[in-house]
Formats: sequence, C-alpha cells, structure tokens
Amino acid sequence: MAIEVQNVSKRFGTFTALDDVSVRVADGALTALLGPSGSGKSTLLRVIAGLEQPDSGSVHIGGQDMTCAPARSREVGFVFQHYAPFKHMTVAGNVGFGLKIRRRPKREIEQRVSELLALVRLDGLAGRYPSQLSGGQLQRMALARALAVQPNVLLLDEPFGALDVQVRAELREWLRRLHDEIHVTTIFVTHDQEEAMEVAGQIVVMNGGRVEQAGTSQELYEKPRNEFVMSFIGPVSRLGDAYLRPHDIQILSDADASSTEAMVRRIVRLGFEVRVELTLPDGREVWAQITRDTANELELSEGQILPVRLPAPRLFAA
Amino acid sequence: MLGRGLLGIYLSVLVLLPISALVAESSHGGIGAFWREVSNPEAVAAIKLTLITSVVVVCINAVFGTLIAWMLVRDTFRGRGAVNALIDLPFALPTIVAGLVLLALYGKGSPVGINVAFTRASVALALLFVTLPFVVRSVQPVLHELDPAMEEAAASLGAGPVTVMRRVVLPSLTPAILSGVALSFARAIGEFGSLVLITGNLPFKTEAGSVFIFGQIESENLAGAAAVSVVLLLAALVVLAALGRLSRWRSRHVR
Amino acid sequence: MSASGAGALALPRPAAPAPAAGALSNDRAGRRRRLAVRVLALGYLALLLAAPVVMIFYRTFEHGLAPVWDAITAPNFQHAFLLSLEVVAIAVPLNTAFGIGMALLLERGRSRWRGALGLIIDLPFAISPVVVGLALVLAYGRTGWFGDWLTEHGVQVIFSVPGIVIATAIVSLPFVARETIPVLREIGTDAEQAATTLGAGEWQTFWRVTLPAIRWGVVYGVVLTTARALGEFGAVSVISGRIEGQTQTLPLYVQDRFENFDLTGAYAAAVVLALLALATLVAMNLLTRRGRERGT
Repeated sequence: MAIEVQNVSKRFGTFTALDDVSVRVADGALTALLGPSGSGKSTLLRVIAGLEQPDSGSVHIGGQDMTCAPARSREVGFVFQHYAPFKHMTVAGNVGFGLKIRRRPKREIEQRVSELLALVRLDGLAGRYPSQLSGGQLQRMALARALAVQPNVLLLDEPFGALDVQVRAELREWLRRLHDEIHVTTIFVTHDQEEAMEVAGQIVVMNGGRVEQAGTSQELYEKPRNEFVMSFIGPVSRLGDAYLRPHDIQILSDADASSTEAMVRRIVRLGFEVRVELTLPDGREVWAQITRDTANELELSEGQILPVRLPAPRLFAA
Repeated sequence: MLGRGLLGIYLSVLVLLPISALVAESSHGGIGAFWREVSNPEAVAAIKLTLITSVVVVCINAVFGTLIAWMLVRDTFRGRGAVNALIDLPFALPTIVAGLVLLALYGKGSPVGINVAFTRASVALALLFVTLPFVVRSVQPVLHELDPAMEEAAASLGAGPVTVMRRVVLPSLTPAILSGVALSFARAIGEFGSLVLITGNLPFKTEAGSVFIFGQIESENLAGAAAVSVVLLLAALVVLAALGRLSRWRSRHVR
Repeated sequence: MSASGAGALALPRPAAPAPAAGALSNDRAGRRRRLAVRVLALGYLALLLAAPVVMIFYRTFEHGLAPVWDAITAPNFQHAFLLSLEVVAIAVPLNTAFGIGMALLLERGRSRWRGALGLIIDLPFAISPVVVGLALVLAYGRTGWFGDWLTEHGVQVIFSVPGIVIATAIVSLPFVARETIPVLREIGTDAEQAATTLGAGEWQTFWRVTLPAIRWGVVYGVVLTTARALGEFGAVSVISGRIEGQTQTLPLYVQDRFENFDLTGAYAAAVVLALLALATLVAMNLLTRRGRERGT
C-alpha cells in the first residue's frame, strides 16, 4: 500500500521533532529514512505506525486517512532496534502472537509460524527462548513476528543498529532479498548512509525535523540539493565554500592547460582506495580519492609536487 | 478510565480520608487544645522517651548495620547465605512475637540471668530488634557495587587500611547509611507491638509514644491521641524528608 | 534494598551474598581485621536475633508436645488462626490488584501527580500502626466522619471484621506497588508497543505481555504484603476491640494469652507465627535469586 505523509509536524515540549514533513512512498517500495540522530526519522516512522500522534498534518495509508487511527488498527508491522522480544514466550510464541490475538485456529497458527521461521531461517529454534538467541536471530524473529499478520506496511526502526558489523552486512542483504520476495511496502530508518544506499530503492534524507531531499541513491549522490545532502551521501572534500567529490579530483602525470600544481602532503592507503591529502599553491588543503592502481602508476610519494585537475565546484545557495 | 477512578477511591478510603480525619481531629480545638494535649506531662515523657531512644537506636544501627553489611558483602564463610536471609527476620516476624521472643531470653526467668523487662533498656532492645534490617539492606547493594579498584588505587598511593576506610569507602557509603538511618528512625518512633509485653508500659518510665496514644484511645480521649499522633507523624516525615528519601523513585540496578 | 534502594522508603531485600572482594584483606593484618568484624557482627546478630528465636522454640516445647497440642487445638486459637487467614485472604488480593494498578498508573501513565501519589502510597510506612487504627476510628467509627452514614447502611467498622480488613490493608498497602514499579521501569515499553502494532488491545497487552514480564516483582511484593498483613498488631489492636473468639487475630491472641498468664498458649501461637515468618524468609530468598536469574 502506498503511504502519503502530508505536512506533518510534531513537537515534544519545546523540541520540534518534525517540521512540516511531507513524504510519499510508493506501493511495494523499499524506502530508507536517512539522517543523523535527532533528525526526526524515528519520530516520522512512529507517526506512520501510529505509535505517536502528529500535532498537525495527515497520514494516509493505502488511500485511507489513518492520522488518528491507533497503531492497533493500522495493520503495520513494526520492528524495533532492540527487537522488543516477548521474553517469557518461546520463539514460536513470539512469532504467533499476532495470530493468537486474532484468535486464529491453532493449526493455522502453527503452520504459519513454521512457514515464517523457514523464511527467516530460524527453523528448529521454535522452542527456544529469546534469551537463548543471538542478536541477528532475535532480529529475524522480530521480522517474522511482524510479518505473521500480513501487514500492509513494514516499518523498521534502525533494525541493524545493535548488531555486529558482520551480522549487519548479512542482514542487510537478506532484507533486500526478502523484500524482493514479499513486496510489502517497507520503510526503514537508519543513520548509516551506506546501508541506505545499498538496500533502499528510495532514500529520504532528513535533518533537524525536515526532509532535505528524497530520491534514488543515484539522484542524491549526483544531484544533491544542498551541502547537507552532499556531505551526508558520499564523501566530500571541501575547498572553502565549494564542495567537491574527492574522486573527481584527478591527479595527472603531466600538466595541461586546465591543471594546477599541488603538493602531496600525506598518503593514506586504505586497501583498494588511496586517499591523497594535497596542498594547493594558495595554501588551501583538499583531499583526493584515487585507486591503488593509479597511485602505483603515478609513483606517489609525500612531498611530491604534481599537477591536479579540480572539477567544477558545486556551490549551493546560502 | 474506570481503573483510575477505582484506584482513586481505594486510595482515598484507605489513606487520604483517615489521615485527613486524623489531622482534622488534632486541630479541632485550635492550637490551644492541641498544645494542651501535647504538653500533658505524661505525653511529654512518652514522646521524649520515644525520640531519645530512637536516636540512640539508630546510631547503634548505623554502626552495627554497616558492620554486618560489610561482613555479608566482603567476607566469605559457610552459612553466610543463611545469615543473609536471617537479616530479614525482624521484618517478617509479627511485632508481638518479637516482643515475646526478646522477653523469653532477656526477661524474667532469663536463662542467662539478664532481665531488662520493665526498664528503659527494654525499649531500646525491642527497637534494635525491629529496625535491624534497614541499615544493613540499605548499605549492602551500595557496598556491592563499590569498585575495589578504588581501594586498590588508594592503597597503591600509600594509604593504610584505616585511611582507605575513612576517605574512600565511608564517603561512598554515607548516603546509603543515612537512608537506612532515616527508615530505622521512622520505624522506631512508630513501633508498638514489640513494646507492649516487655516494657510494662509504665507511664513516665517505659511508656513509649505509641503506647501512650493507645492508652488515650482506650480512655476515649481521641483528641489527645490525635495530637500526639500528629507530633510523631511529623517527626517521621521531617526525618525522612531531611535525609532525602521521600518520594524519590529510584530504579533497580540491572545486575 | 533491592539492588540500590528502590523508592522512597526502601524495602528490606535480601541482597545476594557476593564473593568477597577487597584487595586489602589478604595479608595477616587484613585477616585479623576480617575476623574481628565477623566476630562483632555475628555476635551482635546472635544476641539480638538468633538466641531469642531459639529460646522461644525451646520454651514452647520445653514441656513436651502435649501442652502445645492442647494450645493449638483450643477453640479460641483456631478461631484466631482462621480469622487471620481470612483477613489475609481479603486484604492481600485487594492490595495486589491495587498495587499493580498503581504501578501501571505511575510508570505507564502520564500522571502529573506522580510525586504526590508516590508519597501517599508510602505514607503507611511512616505512620505508627496505632495511629493508623486511630485514623480509621476517626474516619469510620461511630462518632467519625462517616459514622452516621455507615451506621445507616448497617456497616460496622469498629469492633468488627471489616475494620480489621481495612486496617490490615492500609498497613500492607505499599509493597506490591513498590516492588512492581522498578520492574516496570526496567522492562521498558518496547515489548508493549510491539504488541500494540501486532493488534493487541490494552487488556490483551497487559495480560499477555506486561504481567508475565513483571510477575516475579509482583510475587515478591505479595510475599511481603502477606507477611506484613499476618503480623499486623497495632492497628488491629485499636480497631478490633480484641473480642475473644470474634475479632481476635492470631497476633492479638498471643497478647491475650500472655496477659492471662497462659504462657504455653502464647508461645504456641508465637511459634506458629514464627514458622510462617520463616517460610516468608525462605520465599523472599528464593524469589530474589529467581528474579535475578531470569533477569527481571
């Protein structure tokens, strides 16, 4: 189901969490709400879920006005950062909870639970308790639990935030594939730009309670609307007021008409990628990103003076 | 919500209304009547006895309670678990039984020849019994969470054990000790059951405040009883507030 | 108390016997100091707690089992015992329901009166039981505020079982609330919110998610409430009139027997109460350990 958020504002005391936010999520899309802490992304998610009521504005899910509807009746699946397991129930009990509440027959519940456990690859763990599961397993259980009642929308609040880097990478990939299979409109909140770009089709960048820009990862990367989006998505190298993409700075072997000279101040090798910190003739500092091969070809060394070509700087209206 | 209403009614019927009636009765005849009741010599004697004995008792508790807590946390010996459980006995045991129990050992016919029945010492004894757990249980968790590294650091800097105790450990324990003291005091000044049998309730000698109040009720002098009650209640509230324990909802540590 | 003094008037709570720490105690002087502390502390406890309790058991059974049996089969004893149980059977469930409700209101509600409510719930701790009895008489006695209204409706509070129940409920009021509140705080609202998104209503969420999560805190509170209710003496003394065979609870019976020079009777009743107290201690200890293991 498509989701339409219009002009939603929400304040907590004197703190404005959401300031006239409007977002549109297409049916079946996988969207990320991306932003730093305090940007309002979690609040927006919770407003969509019905766990918070907006002060103004509206929320439509599947064309229906759900602004005042309680969370209970919105048919949204919600996955929490710290999994929110029902500690006193088994994995099967957790996953089947929503169905039990709806008084489905026992056999139906059992069947659906085992289907879901197979889907999230937790089969065999049905009788375990949450205290016996790892973080990754708990999150998959939480997902299965949310999916059990066939929600119209799936909402995930920093779902991988509490997990190890390795597990996080695995689950990201897995979420992407799950979405391909199930096609439920999914929104997840993250502060990790890489995660957003890797998983989501559409990204909504938020800051200070406002939407800065929404679009595909490509759009946001290539055509950022302001400094914040540009710095948040992808690396930036600043030159005074101008923002540059470090891999757009080319280090040349021979000078030409468009090049200027720069001194290599420091070389940082990060595996495949090499970071070169440069000082320009006017004293300004900038850093470039080149591949290992290029660095080797150029036989870079610190203190070296080389021609570089700077791209056209991107300036945003103040 | 219906629930909220029911809760309100329950709370009112059980606590608010009775307390209000008490305060109303004590101020019924104005400040003059109040003062008259409270300055009655027997009342004064009873209040004095209660307050002074309670102060003595909580001081003893502060010392021994801390000592016991220290032993339970820092020492190991067989049966420590049982001793730890036993600390709560005064809390679980009915006060009248506590009095009887003390009387059996320290009253007439005592096998060890100690007979404090009908003396002021018996008041102190009973109060010591019933207030035992408070300082111990207040200090224990704090002592438990105390990082031994602090004491080790002090020792490595040349501090002897007495100095470490005085300058590192005790300051950390003081809030907990005071907290336990406040609770002990509030308990002690209101104590009744354990006193009735062993003290003899002799007016001007071993009659505690609560026993005096009881006597006033039996003699149908409800105004007098109410007046002295308010005095004791205020004393408890003042001490609790002063030691900062009133209405502070602390959460339990996760262990 | 609990692990760090829960609430304004912290309840005694058996903290776990911890492994000995202290880098200062491993040399000879340290050992001597530890021994000194042990002797002082254990000595104090022996003199104050252990010896008297042992004495009572000794005195009770000094003359054999027969007199004890006679004592506990006496009709007044039986009545007192049953009355105590009856009072507990009414007061404890009431206070449990109230305690949970109050805890939910304070921890999950948006109450502006949090501080004041907390204070009121703690009040029974600061008041002498005799004063509680007095306050009850002044509010609901024949000459009290509601005296006329109650007499009209045929309800008698003084010198009757309802009065005893109310008095007992007041003095044992705070425990369940006080034990449940920190647990509610600790478990947080995430699981409850999850239940809501899964379609559970308020009652369903409470019954299936919240209550199971707080159950050990509640049980511990119930144990404390029961112990307090069983042992209540002062308030019930004032309000019941101590009428033999009618409004005499077991603690009152102990006093009655003593004052009538029936030492065996008094001791027998005391021993019964002491055994119940010991059972309470055991329960308290087991529950604290259970609560810790399960992470409640």
